[in-house]
Amino acid sequence: MDKVYLDYAATTPVRPEVVEAMRPYWGEKFGNASSLHSFGKEARIAVEEAREKIASILNAETEEIVFTGSITESDNLAILGLTGRFPEKVGQLITSEIEHHAVLDTFITLEKRGYRVSYLPVNQEGQVNLKALEEALRTKTLLVSVMSANNEVGTIEPVEEIGEIINAFNKGKKDWRVYFHTDAAAFFEYLPLDVKRLKVDLLSLGPHKFGGPKGVGVLYVKKDVSLSPLYFGGHQEFGLCPGTEAVPLIVGAAKAFELASKEKEENKNRVTVLRDRLIKGVLEKIPGVFLTGDAERRLPGLASFSFRDVEGEAVLLRLDKEGIAASSGSACTSGELKPSHVLLAMGIPPEEAHGSVRFSLGRETTKEDIDYVLEKLPRVIEDIRKMTPKL
Amino acid sequence: MSDLSNLYSEKVLDHFQNPRNLGEIKNPDGVGTVGNRVCGDIMRLFIKVEEKNGEEIIKDVKFQTLGCGAAIATSSIATELIKGKPLSQALALTNKAIAEALGGLPKAKMHCSVLAADAVKKAIEDFRRKK
Repeated sequence: MDKVYLDYAATTPVRPEVVEAMRPYWGEKFGNASSLHSFGKEARIAVEEAREKIASILNAETEEIVFTGSITESDNLAILGLTGRFPEKVGQLITSEIEHHAVLDTFITLEKRGYRVSYLPVNQEGQVNLKALEEALRTKTLLVSVMSANNEVGTIEPVEEIGEIINAFNKGKKDWRVYFHTDAAAFFEYLPLDVKRLKVDLLSLGPHKFGGPKGVGVLYVKKDVSLSPLYFGGHQEFGLCPGTEAVPLIVGAAKAFELASKEKEENKNRVTVLRDRLIKGVLEKIPGVFLTGDAERRLPGLASFSFRDVEGEAVLLRLDKEGIAASSGSACTSGELKPSHVLLAMGIPPEEAHGSVRFSLGRETTKEDIDYVLEKLPRVIEDIRKMTPKL
Repeated sequence: MSDLSNLYSEKVLDHFQNPRNLGEIKNPDGVGTVGNRVCGDIMRLFIKVEEKNGEEIIKDVKFQTLGCGAAIATSSIATELIKGKPLSQALALTNKAIAEALGGLPKAKMHCSVLAADAVKKAIEDFRRKK
């Protein structure tokens, strides 16, 4: 049976071109980029070329790109690195209720340490409330962190507007300013990303979401922003991420950025058509289901639903048996008792959030894949509903 | 290895994909409903009881469950474990025994076995109350 992978938002297969680009750096070009000799020099050149390539794609300066070990690490370094610059727990922090746990849990940790954190609400479509942001901004707000697009429901957030609001707020202030961080992990593959246009100070993303390797993340740190490192022991990555550079992964990251950037428009158009076919088919063929997230402002590859009278994990297991890989925000898939904080923040009642299923499409998704899902899914939902108590 | 224990055993998957005694009993002698929609799990167990040699025996049992794979699998195996058994034995069924019968459960799913054991107890209590 051919498998249908519709969990690209979790991770993607590494593209052959990326594997090829990384290949020499495991063996023959194995040097430590910090070494003086030719082996080291070769590795150093590879790392710096990768940095330059990614910087130019994001419209950043080369020295504004920091390589980390994962997108989660990028998020942590951005948030803890900035707050760490200030010796006391000064400055209120602002984030949203629908952030990825890499951001949300970091803020929760800071809150436990005594920081004041405001969590911006979202509307039913998952859009962050800009008015709430304007009201939350204080003279001593230090950081605003709002994701560029939500990874669970696909809603694209108004990051440009947020950048404008913060920029306007900062105008004329000399001794203090509000910094802006965005987690753009889900955003980069299909949508134009220009750090200058977004007016961000810090931006996290990583290549494994678009055909690159796992184990490497990227953090954009605007030139005039200074962070304190989270750990110590080396000068690498401007002292922000000490440790021997993962040369092959960094080279692979740059290749993935390059390919995704080149094919952005084409991939976006192709995947949007397939996503819409899936959404339309599911809503037509299956009763008791609704689309979660914004119908218009949504990621091209993401279709997320909530099915009544089923539990998401049960759907995933049944789909897996049919060779279909998807994911869910139900409590049972996260090992927690509450369903997805994203769906709850959007005002979806827990009993409906438990029935959430997310399909995320990618480069290799075909029309046949979508039609296969549309053939199997109605039966899967029907079978599971048959087990549900009629109360 | 410890992370592998978070995966479902073959037996859990088998009971999820092929649930035993699924459905409803018309005019049951006892019904036990546990869990709620907000938490995401509801189990409903129906029993039919008959007297045999002076002992009350679970003659038939069926279940309906809304929940994850483990919720469905624990309900399913619980019905197997109590079918044909005296009430006293069914009442003694522990959540641990349910989990063990499934070849173990991921730690985060142990609460499903608690629900299943509770559903059995509630169904028997319901039977006794009606009697």
